[in-house]
Amino acid sequence: MSTPAETVVAEQTTTQDRLVHRLTHFLQYHWRTLVLLVPFLWLLLFFLAPFFFVLKISLAEYTLKSPPYTDLIQWADEGVMQIRIVVDNFAYLWDDDLYVNTYLSSVKISTISTILCLLIGYPMAYAIVRSNHTTKHILLMLVILPFWTSFLLRVYAWMGLLNDQGLINDILTGMGFEPLRMMYTHFAVYVGIVYTYVPFMILPLYANMEKLDWTLLEAAADLGAKPMTTFFTVTLPMTLPGIIAGSLLVFIPATGEYVIPDLLGGGNVLMIGRVLYNEFHQNIDWPVASAVAIALLLVLVIPMMLYQHIQAKEVESQ
Amino acid sequence: MSQQIDYNDRPWLDPDAEPFIKVQSVSKHFGDFTAVDSVDLEIYKGELFCLLGGSGCGKTTLLRMLAGFETPSSGSILIDGINMTDVPPYERPVNMMFQSYALFPHMTVENNVAYGLKRDGVAKMEIAQRVEEMLAMVELTQFRKRKPHQLSGGQRQRVALARALIKQPKMLLLDEPLAALDKRLREQTQYELMNLQEKLGVTFVVVTHDQEEAMTLSTRIAVMDVGRFQQIGTPTEIYEFPNSRLVANFIGNANMFEGRVSENGTDHVVVESKDPACNFYIDHGMSIQEGSKVWVAVRPEKIKISKQPPGETSTNSIKGMVGDIGYLGGTSTYRVLIGDQRIVEITSPNLNRPKDGNPPIDWDEEVYLSWEPSSPVVLTK
Ligand SMILES: Nc1ncnc2c1ncn2[C@@H]1O[C@H](COP(=O)(O)OP(=O)(O)OP(=O)(O)O)[C@@H](O)[C@H]1O
Ligand SMILES: [Mg+2]
Repeated sequence: MSTPAETVVAEQTTTQDRLVHRLTHFLQYHWRTLVLLVPFLWLLLFFLAPFFFVLKISLAEYTLKSPPYTDLIQWADEGVMQIRIVVDNFAYLWDDDLYVNTYLSSVKISTISTILCLLIGYPMAYAIVRSNHTTKHILLMLVILPFWTSFLLRVYAWMGLLNDQGLINDILTGMGFEPLRMMYTHFAVYVGIVYTYVPFMILPLYANMEKLDWTLLEAAADLGAKPMTTFFTVTLPMTLPGIIAGSLLVFIPATGEYVIPDLLGGGNVLMIGRVLYNEFHQNIDWPVASAVAIALLLVLVIPMMLYQHIQAKEVESQ
Repeated sequence: MSQQIDYNDRPWLDPDAEPFIKVQSVSKHFGDFTAVDSVDLEIYKGELFCLLGGSGCGKTTLLRMLAGFETPSSGSILIDGINMTDVPPYERPVNMMFQSYALFPHMTVENNVAYGLKRDGVAKMEIAQRVEEMLAMVELTQFRKRKPHQLSGGQRQRVALARALIKQPKMLLLDEPLAALDKRLREQTQYELMNLQEKLGVTFVVVTHDQEEAMTLSTRIAVMDVGRFQQIGTPTEIYEFPNSRLVANFIGNANMFEGRVSENGTDHVVVESKDPACNFYIDHGMSIQEGSKVWVAVRPEKIKISKQPPGETSTNSIKGMVGDIGYLGGTSTYRVLIGDQRIVEITSPNLNRPKDGNPPIDWDEEVYLSWEPSSPVVLTK
């Protein structure tokens, strides 16, 4: 026979045991969920919440108050809740040639920059992968090295090089040539973007090529493929995932780039980042600025979703 | 034994026969390391030639020089009379089957096989037809639309073979073609490979480190050791007449006895061994200076084991005690102790079923070992 006190103790331990058991059980079966929860919360907090905030503002109207937009939810006199959604901002973007042209110009500049980055980055990644162990690490370090100084500082350095009285023109005039107008041109913007984003092309390509089975290239040569043919029939298809990853990493931030077109392009280069800045800080039209941002997101997300869709189909067909 | 080349028509015995491949004093250095050391080799049309040797002895390097992936540091390589030493791989009439198969993962079986023909600019219709035939030959027709990762190891091996053979090369190089297959499949594929080779008449050069595979497949074997050939010959020659202790030990098993030549007759030699004390009377005479140090190798299956003493016990016979018996069903392997230390291995067929379940020769029994005068091989190195 056990005394009542003993029974209580026994019961306590069993409930404790059960709790521990349940917890371990939970951890055993749900640790994946827990691990995923962290990035999920991060995205929720720092991407989705601001996104909906901006979306909300883009659907409001400009008014003279602080903050300068109308509320989404308004209370009419009889205590009736009204939701006011205004799509005028988007219509305005669509109607005004300035915005459409700016989007087109941004996409064009970042497309050309992406192609330039690919043309420069691909051979570099290839050379790095094929070099011997020690050189490889030195070269990789050199690719990453620019990140150790401030991005802004590096853009200013380019200004110093490209200016009308900059280093390059000094050298040119010193040698008796006419000075070149480089600053505040598309050329300067391309130089800035390609210079800044080329490492984002090289690194995913490097990671992809590092896994490449080089005997495949020998097999192609053995079957009669000249080096060029081997490149187009084997190397290129095998490195396509790296090319796509690198291109997205360059294209997406380059499209929304603000600092480079502002500092190196001046007023001559139309890019969406600058328009956004102007709407927000000079016109203080938050709703239109938000609409610009949302439209930019669509411009970027739609091609990505298309790509995903195509890839998923390809995987299915295999 | 394979039948690629008729027994009476062995080109390597014909002094007028022109070899198909001539490797002339070829060396390959990697830095200050010598992977292949001044090698000479002649391979004839229609041969299935095996390069056999331990790991790292330079087999792959030699094969890659034949394919054109490595340039020899010195020497020259002639294929069908043309100097190919500096010709790039894509211009050689030679195809290779890679050890890892190196199938293109982004292409279907069909496109993998067609790859070589497309590079030669063969007409579409002809490509389709030849791919069809080739896939039928290696029994892969139903897998034509699959990608390599959707195939089994054996199927991948056949794709690699088909891809290499479709260009009808003058010579096919195979680097350990069967190494990735399991034992049963390997044995089956060996015969398929031989049949295919016979049917197509293509010269095969096969790298392997599996001596049984080399014995089964080849017309001739080159036994390689650290960058050099130890011996080149038919499987029988290599097994029955090894030219060194290394070859004797590498191909099959051999009991090795150290001794001195005590008699050098016209048709025989006698070798006197100290450990175990025994005289070897060997009747296939090679002439060796009396008193010189030699080794005598006797294959385990060429030694008779019995409980009764043979007629004459001073030569070609020793007495010992059974230390260990490995029963393999068809044969048994006896490890017989001579004195305290020395072990001699004998394999003997189990011809009769033991009546009462007791083996004819049991552990710890005293036995006599004897052999024919033709069985031992005298080795000088
Ligand atoms: N590119 C290279 N650089 C330096 N050394 C090399 C190179 N390729 C091969 N070697 C060396 O040459 C030697 C012979 O190599 P090889 O690949 O020909 O051996 P193998 O006989 O094919 O061996 P395995 O049976 O293990 O495949 C090895 O010691 C190897 O380390
Ligand atoms: Mg090898």
